Amino acid sequence: MRIGLFHSTIRAEEKLLIKSANELGVEVKLYDIRKLNLDPESFKIDFDVALERSVSTTKGRHLVRFLERLNVPVLNSSDVANICEDKFLTAMVLHQAGVRQPRFAMVFEEQQAKEVINSWGGYPVVMKPTIGSWGRLISKINDEDALEAILDHKLTLGSPEQKAFFIQEFIEKPGRDIRAFVIGGRVIAAIYRDSSHWITNTARGGQASNCPITDELQVICQRSSQAVGGGILAMDLFESAQGLMINEINHTMEFRNSEQPTGVSISSEIINYCIESQNVKN
Amino acid sequence: MSNTHTCPTCDEEITLPEGTVVAELITCDECETMLEVVAGTDGLTLTEAPEIEEDWGE
Repeated sequence: MRIGLFHSTIRAEEKLLIKSANELGVEVKLYDIRKLNLDPESFKIDFDVALERSVSTTKGRHLVRFLERLNVPVLNSSDVANICEDKFLTAMVLHQAGVRQPRFAMVFEEQQAKEVINSWGGYPVVMKPTIGSWGRLISKINDEDALEAILDHKLTLGSPEQKAFFIQEFIEKPGRDIRAFVIGGRVIAAIYRDSSHWITNTARGGQASNCPITDELQVICQRSSQAVGGGILAMDLFESAQGLMINEINHTMEFRNSEQPTGVSISSEIINYCIESQNVKN
Repeated sequence: MSNTHTCPTCDEEITLPEGTVVAELITCDECETMLEVVAGTDGLTLTEAPEIEEDWGE
């Protein structure tokens, strides 16, 4: 079994994956996506399964589509990536599957933004880009003045994507949220991310501690995984008054801060899943 | 081959740990610049890591 690990810069996560693969006796071939020629006539396939670990969503997307059309098995698949890289599409897929999540809407004009927020009972709300992570460019909007300022800035930036306003209900949370690591539909580990700031990403200073895997967590994550197509996922959840709800799903997750508090080798679980996915196919 | 290098930003001496691979990210202890290990003609060298792009995510 040889895993083709497709990376851009090698982060702590890629180092952990390489180490775990070595410990499991699995050969890993490293491919720096930035240095590749994605020429279907000359590209040599020297591995059994590809693991996409690009930091850049765009480069990862092109790579996965390329490999799949060469009949190479890739984790995660382009079907999963297409859904998870777009927060609006993810929310719609979860809605279709009946998974609990914050109320959301996509609007394209200021007046529609005001209407939808008023119909939800007012502020605060959250506005976020449909693509992106690490909590970047996510805004908590506390009143109509702030809404007008944010929209004015977005419209001035000019790109078509900035003119699509993805709005989400703001969920009051107990100073923390949950990140669950879900592989093949099963929660293998979860952390609380504590922060006094409303953005709790560990990349933004949130502190990680172990979160017990309850039945409720397992069930909502399993349903969400099924909805987006399975694979290797990280799910962000809120503990709301109505119960757990899914906030976001990531398809190329970071986990450097989560192995130690959970005591779970997430990297080994990923490598094992790569092996199992091939055994199931063959 | 020496595994001691110089930070391209602050000239601090940096020793690459054993097992360092090309494309790995290293942080300079002195100036905290994020550096990328790249393959040079005479072995590994260090360069400033690429800036975060709009579509970078986890």
